Amino acid sequence: MAGGRIRAKIRRSNLYTFACYRPRASEEDGPHDIHGPGYSRMVYCNQPRMHEQKPLKYCTNYISTTKYNFITFLPKAIFEQFRRVANLYFLLAALLSLTPVSPFSAISMIAPLVFVVGLSMAKEALEDWRRFIQDMKVNLRKANVHKKDGVFGLKPWMKIRVGDIVKVEKDKFFPADLLLLSSSYEDGICYVETMNLDGETNLKVKRSLETTLALDDDPTFKEFRASIRCEDPNPNLYTFVGNFEYDRQVYPLDPSQILLRDSKLRNTGYVYGVVIFTGHDSKVMQNATKSPSKRSRIEKQMDKIIYILFSLLVFISLISSVGFIAKTKNELPNWWYLQVPDSAGLFDPSKPLESGFYHLVTALILYGYLIPISLYVSIEVVKVLQALFINKDIHMYDEESGTPAQARTSNLNEELGQVDTILSDKTGTLTCNQMDFLKCSIAGTAYGMRASDVELAAAKQMAMDIDGLSQTGTPHSWEKSGVGFGTSEIQLETVITSKDEEDHKPPIKGFGFEDSRLMNGNWSQEPNADVILLFFRILSICHTAIPEQNEVTGAFTYEAESPDEGSFLVAAREFGFEFCKRTQSTVVVRERYSSFQDPVEREFKVLNLLDFTSKRKRMSVIVKDEDGQIFLLCKGADSIIFDRLSRNGRMYEEATMRHLNEYGEAGLRTLALAYKKLDPAEYLAWNEEFTKAKTSINGDRESMLERVSDMMERDLILVGATAVEDKLQKGVPQCIDKLAQAGLKIWVLTGDKMETAINIGFACSLLRQGMKQICITTMNTDALVQDSKQAVRENILMQITKATQMVKLERDPNAAFALIIDGKTLTYALEDDMKHQFLNLAVDCASVICCRVSPKQKALVTRLVKQGTGKTTLAIGDGANDVGMIQEADIGVGISGCEGMQAVMASDFAIAQFRFLERLLVVHGHWCYKRIAQMICYFFYKNIAFGLTIFYFEAFAGFSGQSVYVDWYMLLFNVVLTSLPVISLGVFEQDVDSEVCLQFPALYQQGPKNLFFDWYRIFGWMGNGLYTSLIIFFLNIIIFYDQAFRSGGQTADMIAVGTTMFTVASWYLFLLVYGELTLALDENAFRILSEILAPAPIYWSTTLLVSVACNLPYLAHISFQRSFNPLDHHVIQEIKYYRKDIEDRHMWRRERSKARQKTKIGFTARVDAKIRQLKGRLQKKYSSMGNPAVIQQAEL
Amino acid sequence: SRFTQQELPACKPILTPKWVISTFLLVGVVFIPIGIVSLFASRDVVEIVDRYETECIPIGSRNDKLGYIQGSQDKTCYRSLTIPKKMKQPIYVYYQLDSFYQNHRRYVKSRSDQQLRSASKEGDTDPCKPEATIDGRPIVPCGLIAWSLFNDTYTLTRNNQQLNVNKTNISWKSDREKKFGKNVFPKNFQNGSLIGGGTLDSSLPLNKQEDLMVWMRTAALPTFRKLYGRIEVDLQVGDVINVTISNNYNTYSFNGKKKLVLSTTSWLGGKNNFVGIAYLTVGGLCVGLAILFALIYLIKPRRLGDPSYLSWNRNPGGQ
Repeated sequence: MAGGRIRAKIRRSNLYTFACYRPRASEEDGPHDIHGPGYSRMVYCNQPRMHEQKPLKYCTNYISTTKYNFITFLPKAIFEQFRRVANLYFLLAALLSLTPVSPFSAISMIAPLVFVVGLSMAKEALEDWRRFIQDMKVNLRKANVHKKDGVFGLKPWMKIRVGDIVKVEKDKFFPADLLLLSSSYEDGICYVETMNLDGETNLKVKRSLETTLALDDDPTFKEFRASIRCEDPNPNLYTFVGNFEYDRQVYPLDPSQILLRDSKLRNTGYVYGVVIFTGHDSKVMQNATKSPSKRSRIEKQMDKIIYILFSLLVFISLISSVGFIAKTKNELPNWWYLQVPDSAGLFDPSKPLESGFYHLVTALILYGYLIPISLYVSIEVVKVLQALFINKDIHMYDEESGTPAQARTSNLNEELGQVDTILSDKTGTLTCNQMDFLKCSIAGTAYGMRASDVELAAAKQMAMDIDGLSQTGTPHSWEKSGVGFGTSEIQLETVITSKDEEDHKPPIKGFGFEDSRLMNGNWSQEPNADVILLFFRILSICHTAIPEQNEVTGAFTYEAESPDEGSFLVAAREFGFEFCKRTQSTVVVRERYSSFQDPVEREFKVLNLLDFTSKRKRMSVIVKDEDGQIFLLCKGADSIIFDRLSRNGRMYEEATMRHLNEYGEAGLRTLALAYKKLDPAEYLAWNEEFTKAKTSINGDRESMLERVSDMMERDLILVGATAVEDKLQKGVPQCIDKLAQAGLKIWVLTGDKMETAINIGFACSLLRQGMKQICITTMNTDALVQDSKQAVRENILMQITKATQMVKLERDPNAAFALIIDGKTLTYALEDDMKHQFLNLAVDCASVICCRVSPKQKALVTRLVKQGTGKTTLAIGDGANDVGMIQEADIGVGISGCEGMQAVMASDFAIAQFRFLERLLVVHGHWCYKRIAQMICYFFYKNIAFGLTIFYFEAFAGFSGQSVYVDWYMLLFNVVLTSLPVISLGVFEQDVDSEVCLQFPALYQQGPKNLFFDWYRIFGWMGNGLYTSLIIFFLNIIIFYDQAFRSGGQTADMIAVGTTMFTVASWYLFLLVYGELTLALDENAFRILSEILAPAPIYWSTTLLVSVACNLPYLAHISFQRSFNPLDHHVIQEIKYYRKDIEDRHMWRRERSKARQKTKIGFTARVDAKIRQLKGRLQKKYSSMGNPAVIQQAEL
Repeated sequence: SRFTQQELPACKPILTPKWVISTFLLVGVVFIPIGIVSLFASRDVVEIVDRYETECIPIGSRNDKLGYIQGSQDKTCYRSLTIPKKMKQPIYVYYQLDSFYQNHRRYVKSRSDQQLRSASKEGDTDPCKPEATIDGRPIVPCGLIAWSLFNDTYTLTRNNQQLNVNKTNISWKSDREKKFGKNVFPKNFQNGSLIGGGTLDSSLPLNKQEDLMVWMRTAALPTFRKLYGRIEVDLQVGDVINVTISNNYNTYSFNGKKKLVLSTTSWLGGKNNFVGIAYLTVGGLCVGLAILFALIYLIKPRRLGDPSYLSWNRNPGGQ
């Protein structure tokens, strides 16, 4: 890397106004006074051996996110398993089965339990193993560590110890929390990208202590000794307190010297640092919360059902115990053939209560079949298989990065079908963090033909809609509205065609501009060529980037603080203004005025640089060109620039403003460019003041600088505006649109600036022009923050109430509101007293954007939504800053394929691109939800049907606790026989195919509405189970009452009856096989089917009768339901079945468009709004003409 | 593959009116004839039931039935049955007990299948308590079931001529061949202080003791019939059968009934009107449902795949 590039060695700090002079104030304060608890950590730099013993032995740099290790796995996993009530119950039952109380043989109780628990544990183990592998990948990354005598060598991350000196090279991650000692820059500055920590994409400057600046070479570390006393490990990312003792002097340390693990070194060749916090002590890891075990809504509801069944179990056990006591007391002594009392006292007529108690235990075990032991394991098996389907889905496979979707935990599959709110990160999730220079407006003329993604998507949608609409019932009105639509259609066409052409060109990263008027030097023929020249100059001069030349190709790449700036420079280069060199005080630009001219190198002397800060929202440079003229070149947010224009600088204001609005609508990031020619004398006067402010050492240095800068940045002349596309990831607008149609709410939580966030909001159609934006900020009360928090809080509360009222009072059903709130405000809004008002407001808004939020706040917002609305939330993000949110939400989705695995590690599902979310939710979520819901219902149904027959039989067996079924039948019934069909139902059931799911996103609403697992349905199934059990039992009993059941004349014995009953719910084939095989296992069941039952016609006729009778009401019910109250998917199935969709394409498309949930976000909504607008205009036109018929149609 | 992509062709039965109605009709059409056939089969079965437990106790002893049955006097009793209808051979002779809980848990468990099967497992009497051993020697067959073996016997005569009751092959074949060993002989059976039911011929192996095998197949319900034997001649209308019962078995302590049953069988088994009735009911119900659905479809038809039934079309404005 270093070999291929030439880098000018400069003191970067000299470039900056606000960072240029080291504030000396703190040094005067002397070292921090830190003693006592909380500040006990001692680090001996370059002496890691000192840290091998207590008390200085700190944890290693080995990280582990696994739940278990080899030793703790067994006890921990077993404990986990028996936290499930049902499992605990079965464990008790299994233990009791070893005593004579049990109605069953011990093995038949223990075997299924072992099977079930073992299977679940195996799954746990597998998942934990995968986590372990992930961890090891991180742990085995190599870092350059000082070995001894000034020699550095590679070491895996996990071997790094506290006190080690580490050399980190460009674009590498820091292996632990480091104290910055020196960097490749002379002044010890380095740039850090903290995207993994807080999601911010702009680079942060870190600065070493001056005393350690000399340590910028490998050999210097031979003799380096120092010690650090600092705070104990804590999760606070933005604070650090410590003292650095070096050469018998103590220096204070602050956060700007700390390089945090998982952030990345950028724009800096290398840095040296000493390890302070390792592994789990590091700030990132401290921030990582234990991943909570999540359970899906359905599973929670299932628990309730299990409790109901438990109550039922206890209830019928009590009944049968009472019966037993009565029988035992009154009748048992007469039953001489039983020879009571027995020795164990289980059947003792003289002590009926004692025996009754034993019997209660027996009964509890006996009726345990009401509770499906295999339910959990079947669900688990089904979920693993479903997860497999998700992983294998080719439509969610990203070809670029080669990563498929990954269901990391499979217990939330069905929850995917019930999501109500999506909380999304921005950078890396919605956008790919790449800026493309797309359009510009110079001197009031708009350049740039290419459409943004948003426009393209909207255009496509619009074209489709117009197509559809013109075919439907209202062609009349559309024809007449030709005026209104003619223009838009023309626009659409150009938009689409220009896209097609573009595809053939090799794209230049960061540059998507296309307009022959400006390219290849053609701009000089434009009317305002001088302004255009100025525009390009501003682009190429007004920045803080450094060029880097590739030695091989000679091409320049730029290292800019923000990707915007990078894209400007690339654009300038493409226009012929190649920024090629920066020295301490000059900028050299190679200017090429037309393609056939040789480039001219022009040197601009940079006199001053007024930095960009989020408060100022602008940056300026003051340059002197070769002719000695002094210019102030400025770029900044449009609102700021427009405020600072001189009277004669407003020539293009109106046109530029219009263009800016258009760009904003197209989802582009805009900046306005302006300049001002300075009088040398004026400049000198100002510069004096500026220098004074710069060198002042007072605390208010910054505000002084700001004031002085402000003085200069006035009376500007507007040149134009730029529009940069924050490149959205592929398919994001479409995906958001579909998700919105499926009725999902989407919130964006980003660490970025408000403007950026709003731009992205526009880009993904979460915001649109005409939407009422409610901004809640503390911006205007900034000064007050220190004074009184109370005032701020009241202010915010007022804003919220006002906004709520506004929303409430809105009458127009089409009006949409967008809530935009920043992080500082959120801290107040999330306080207990205010959060519900905030939530109420947010829920009423069509889209919510939170900007400048910290990872912690993301998690808090997620929790608020989750708990406040009680609905399922899904959080999606890619960086470590999203981890909290991902863990907090009901479902966490990580974007894989980017760097940084934290989000993925914390997530429940990982997908490669945001757009796969659509398929994950709408297709897989829908299916999984339906499958699991039906499967659980079926489970309860079958177990109730089965369990109750045992109970009925008790009444006929003197409540003795005898089961009518053979032990092994029961065991296999539960674990194998009935599980298999149910599992296959759970895995393969498909109501409609994936295409239809995607075409009718409204079908997704069946999940959030919980149509398939509501209590009505559950009790329906339970009732059905009760009915089935009654039918099975009593039909069988009556038929087999006392008659010979074969022409052979033999009467039926108990097992025959039991088996017949069993058959109804089971398989003939199994009985045959079982009968042949199990002589050794069970004497009674031997050849029961082949010899005894099969030749008896009544057996067959009974099973036929009973099965039909059992299913009759259900069949009638569903037929009735389907005929007169069909659900959406039924109708769609029918349409598909009759191939109506092919015959009547028109109807199909109409329904598809109607199937959208009414939504106010997404570009479809945007198009709708536009159409509404046009219609409104049309209506006005016609109503003035007095043509009511058309108005009616227009209203349609 | 198409499997992992979940694109396999799926069969999604559409419940069209036609389909629903024809299914119900089909079930009805199949079930009603079955029901009728079953009823006819059941009607052909001739069954004579004679309850004798009270009648067989001399009038003088009826106040103390238990004392009578536990006494040691001769308990022979005579009954006569008149054949109401011609009975074709084979005619099955059953005994029927009431309120006898052969399905009681204590009772059911009290047997040792190992012991019954092979002579070497003679000592496997664990589950058989309290009828497991006598003075330390195992009882074969052990357990309460065997101990309480039914021991009333019937001798049937017609016109003073003995009717031969064939007592072979009344048990299940698998019992004879597999479950009851051919070299297991009764040992120490009914030798205890407490005599339960019948005794066994200790010279016959267990797999020849068919009464025992029948008895050992415990009944599911407290009322049950067990096969006693077969009469292999036809009985004519008006024939009077005299039965000599040796009334040994104690059902008096729990007020259980004892009945003697003579019955022919049909292809469906014994007399069983319920199957036929149930079939007719279900069949009828299906036809009824079919008609109901047909009516509903006629009155209020819904075009299949009619998009106006989609939820977003039904409540305008969506959710």
